[in-house]
Amino acid sequence: MTASIATSQAILVVGGGISGMTAALEAAECGKQVILAEKTPTLGGRTALLYRYFPKMCHPTCGLEINLRRLKGNRKVRTMTMTEVLAVSGRRGDYTVTLKVSPRYVTENCTGCGDCASAVSAEIDNPYEYGLAKTRAAYLPHAMAYPQRYVIDPSIVGTPEGEKAKAACKVGAVDLEMKEETVEIKVGAVIWATGWKPYDAAKIQPYGYDRYANVITSLEFERLADPHGPTGGKILRPSDGKPAKNIAFIQCAGSRDENHLRHCSRICCMASLKQTQYVRESCGDGGKSTVYYIDIRAIDRLEDFYAMVWNDPTVSFIKSKVAEITEDKDANPVLHGVDTEGYHRYATTHDLVVLAVGMEPEANGIRLPDDMLLDSSGFIEGCKGAIEDEGMFGAGAASSPLDVNRSVQSATAAALRAIKVIHKTARTEKV
Amino acid sequence: MSYQNNFLKEVEERVEEGHMVKMCMQCGVCAGSCPFGPDWEHSPQKIFMMIRAGKREEVLGSDSMFMCTSCYNCIVRCPRELPITHIMHGLANYAHRIGMAPKGQPTRVFATMFWNNLTKKGRVNELTLTLGLYFKDGLVSGIKTAFGMQSIGLGMLLAKRLNPMEIFGGHGLKDLKGFHAIVAKAKEIEDRKKGFTA
Repeated sequence: MTASIATSQAILVVGGGISGMTAALEAAECGKQVILAEKTPTLGGRTALLYRYFPKMCHPTCGLEINLRRLKGNRKVRTMTMTEVLAVSGRRGDYTVTLKVSPRYVTENCTGCGDCASAVSAEIDNPYEYGLAKTRAAYLPHAMAYPQRYVIDPSIVGTPEGEKAKAACKVGAVDLEMKEETVEIKVGAVIWATGWKPYDAAKIQPYGYDRYANVITSLEFERLADPHGPTGGKILRPSDGKPAKNIAFIQCAGSRDENHLRHCSRICCMASLKQTQYVRESCGDGGKSTVYYIDIRAIDRLEDFYAMVWNDPTVSFIKSKVAEITEDKDANPVLHGVDTEGYHRYATTHDLVVLAVGMEPEANGIRLPDDMLLDSSGFIEGCKGAIEDEGMFGAGAASSPLDVNRSVQSATAAALRAIKVIHKTARTEKV
Repeated sequence: MSYQNNFLKEVEERVEEGHMVKMCMQCGVCAGSCPFGPDWEHSPQKIFMMIRAGKREEVLGSDSMFMCTSCYNCIVRCPRELPITHIMHGLANYAHRIGMAPKGQPTRVFATMFWNNLTKKGRVNELTLTLGLYFKDGLVSGIKTAFGMQSIGLGMLLAKRLNPMEIFGGHGLKDLKGFHAIVAKAKEIEDRKKGFTA
């Protein structure tokens, strides 16, 4: 099916994470028509998978809820989930975008009752738990999912499992005949809020992420600490399920490294400092966090948080990039290296190691239009060519490694640039 | 007091890959990755910091550079891509050339012996090189080592891998004069490059 659902005075926002939602809302609240396209079945992106924000230690549900509320109350935004951009052609003020909409197999009639999930027994890796847990093949992404609609995994479509889900639905919302669609739209400006992804920790060979069960990434640790996560908020070792009390945090795991990511990912220092407080929350004074770092980069006012953690007696800091991790016979990771303050050689055993993995642009995995200008790490700088021809913009973590706060600032800036494009186009069209 | 660090400048100008020393960010991965790490007084990371701190005597008198086995673990893992192995060899060579390297450091003694043996005839005379190594700490220890190794020596003799006649100088290249000219020219070029001509 090909249909035109927008005009050249609309803005397309690609990516429905915190940046995309913000950009879409800021533009829509200024009266512009916005199409918000999200690849996965829900908005919220990686922000929804965090346990707490730094430095205020509040829950992401709060910020997301406000944005979802704004979204529900705004008729200018059209949200399209399970939608990917296939191609973009044209120029500033006059882009033609081809979108691919994947089948969800659940229609808008879904009431979110969950009967389909109870009926189905097949399981898939939960895409929202970084591989730490399974979920039923008919599922609601997570508690904050928007839209609150179930998804049927394609793996059970055409099987008796799929039929079970269909039979269980009282409102007839399961449609197993749904097909992939291609939609073509006209927009005046495009905001790429495609976000980031964690650097593949298995590529850091000496750290053995692929070999040792008790070496995990900072994002997996967020899920462990989250009461909605796979362990119900208990910090348990993946190898034996015992509580982890003595936890090491390794900074610059993949960042600031010519062999991996050249850039500083900027958020990981603060993320690890924040996570030491999860350990304190979970184990009290009995917990022990050790941060191995090259230097702590807590920028401007976040320095206060660093000072607070520095004074926490359960947290210690070792100025050293860990050279290698081995494992003892009880599956405890042993960290080897030499510290820079005195050049002491150490071989320290911990219960659990958290790699503060770097941020890579999510767009490294997708094809952006050829006229996008990327930096050496793949982050979006803008469009090639003259600045007055610029009609596509990067926002949030797609443009630079940013925390949530700065992503929102960046997204607002991108929305303003896109609005400018629309205004100019509107003026030309009138003449 | 001058803030100009003359020793760092000297290393940058005269040591192979010395200009990369300033790129070190002191993360410590090289020191932690080195298989000889626990046996050295100064790890690469420490040597680089000492260079930047202007500790000329300590750095050039250190035996650490001579301990490097060229396993390249440090180069592979260095997040700043410093050619650490090359810098360590460059420092060892520089310290040797200006006569500040530790006297009697076994690696240095053997390397010197090897070079002199090789450049004499263009081929390594294994017999004289081995004997030279056995007797480097004196007659008594030399005889002891030679006796300890005699079964290997005899075995090599029987397998025709060792010619006892080599003791009288041994065979060499056909164009020995040309070879010596090449070595002399190479030395001249190297001296000029490293500023040893004066």
